Amino acid sequence: MGSHFNRRLAQVVPTILLVSILVFGLQQLMPGDPALVLAGETPDPQVIAQIRTELWLDRPLPIQYLHWIGNVLQGNLGFSWRIREPVAQLILTKLPVTAQLAVMAFVIAVMIGVPAGVLSAVKRNTVFDYAASAIGLAGLSTPNFWLGIMLILLVSVQLGWLPPSGYVPLTEDWRQSLATTIMPAFVLGNAIAAVLMRHTRSAMLTAMGQDYVRTARAKGLRERIVVIHHALRNALVPVVTLGALELGTLLSGAVLTEQVFSIPGFGKMIVDAVFNRDYPVVQGVVLVTATVYILLNLLADALYVLINPRMRAT
Amino acid sequence: MSATALPAPAAIRVAASPVSSPLALAVGRFRSRPVAVAGLAVVLIFVLVAALAPVITPYSPIATSWSAIRKAPSVAHWMGTDENGRDVLARVMFGAQASLLAGVISVMIAAGIGVPLGLISGFFRGTADALIGRIADAMLSCPFLILAIALAAFLGPSLENAMIAIGVTAAPVFMRVARGATLDAATNEYVEAARALGNPKWRVAIRHILPNIVPPVMVQATLAIAQAIIAEASLSFLGLGQQPPDPSWGSMLNAAQRFLTQAPWLAIFPGAAIFLAVLAFNLVGDGLRDALDPRAR
Repeated sequence: MGSHFNRRLAQVVPTILLVSILVFGLQQLMPGDPALVLAGETPDPQVIAQIRTELWLDRPLPIQYLHWIGNVLQGNLGFSWRIREPVAQLILTKLPVTAQLAVMAFVIAVMIGVPAGVLSAVKRNTVFDYAASAIGLAGLSTPNFWLGIMLILLVSVQLGWLPPSGYVPLTEDWRQSLATTIMPAFVLGNAIAAVLMRHTRSAMLTAMGQDYVRTARAKGLRERIVVIHHALRNALVPVVTLGALELGTLLSGAVLTEQVFSIPGFGKMIVDAVFNRDYPVVQGVVLVTATVYILLNLLADALYVLINPRMRAT
Repeated sequence: MSATALPAPAAIRVAASPVSSPLALAVGRFRSRPVAVAGLAVVLIFVLVAALAPVITPYSPIATSWSAIRKAPSVAHWMGTDENGRDVLARVMFGAQASLLAGVISVMIAAGIGVPLGLISGFFRGTADALIGRIADAMLSCPFLILAIALAAFLGPSLENAMIAIGVTAAPVFMRVARGATLDAATNEYVEAARALGNPKWRVAIRHILPNIVPPVMVQATLAIAQAIIAEASLSFLGLGQQPPDPSWGSMLNAAQRFLTQAPWLAIFPGAAIFLAVLAFNLVGDGLRDALDPRAR
């Protein structure tokens, strides 16, 4: 796979460690004493002291961190202050919901963004190109929670085609599951489609100017084959990696989209945790999303190396 | 010999004609892009509306009226009224204050943290560069809104804390832009000359490098304002930004969700305001990028 990938792999561990310090540090921003929050309405000094000992809050910060990260490495992200359940378990039950939404959103984004990018590169400087750019910019400027609300207004309230909110798991009833997730997935995919379109357009324009494309044309191949088999295949390489970077947008967008469509996923969990002052859940979600994001980027790098043979030699 | 030494009158005129400054050239390039100019006009309209909101609208954005609950748009209330009988147009106008302020202040915080760190990182390199770079990497690997939500949650919900959360979360991007521009500028011959003349490092960094990183930072700032407006609206939508009864586009949309069937106008106008403001800043940012860095075209 080459040293490039190994180098990236070596960078991942310190980055995740730094993220963990950052996430742990968040707790220090909290006004007041967590033990006081946990002790409830009528704080008993003895209970507070007991909580402080249990949570290691009476130790120095570095020791607290080592204790916390030691637990995290064993898969223990602490307990939810509100429902007294392990955070890791809570996350595991919500993850498949957000993952389904994210995968559907990505598929929608690729289905819209890549063909639109190819067409606007092939028909450069025509009405089609300008229209695609304008729609792309509009997509980037639309807050996705507003787009969600507008779609509910149109598709659910006015037309009555799809349920406005709720979620049915894929394993329970796949048709209902798709019906409840197609609108939120479109909302999530929309912004990424715009970014993918821009990337595909510029990668295609670069590819179309290359010698091998000229050679393919000179051989008398049909334009369609030149575009799809020669230019697009090479243009997709940067699009794959840049597309992976959009996973962060996807996870951020999921927070709002799940809120709008009342989908019980990852994003809704962090918002609920924030309002219940359930800080271990907030920390757990940030740590897990960041780790997932870093690992998916690594995977994209591996894919990049696989698709692009020139990278294997270096 | 003497004849060739004397320049021809036409050549004198050419030499004496004023040479356009880089700024004038950039302004010219920006003005040649009608879409960017239109974006700038919309931004200016939003700024005017936000500043003059108390003068333009006869309605208070927070005064409730039980006789005018959820009235559809009419001559008296152009954008209708909300669930407490408040004029939606007045709230959209005053909401512009919160959104623009949040956009500008959080970007100032982001640039205030990111640009000096990027300058240090790119100019001094070494350990500082490695350390700052790794921290930026770590922050950039947390999805933007999730980190901003976590920060806003731990700081406590308010517009000020939302601005801090957005500013801190956006800082690594400014650091990256400033670092890249610094590395680029440091290779210029006049920077080497300034060093060779024995100027102290900080002086070279501030006097010779800093002016060079202003254009890319300005482009980034304009585009970041657009993102910060969406981020503020998102945090307010979730209840982590502007607190009621003060108006904000995001919190208006949150309230509107409950009345989608009875009062759809409550959801249409604040969202359209966010869309227009963000689109305008994006257009200005794209225009500025083309104007300040013609190579990036």
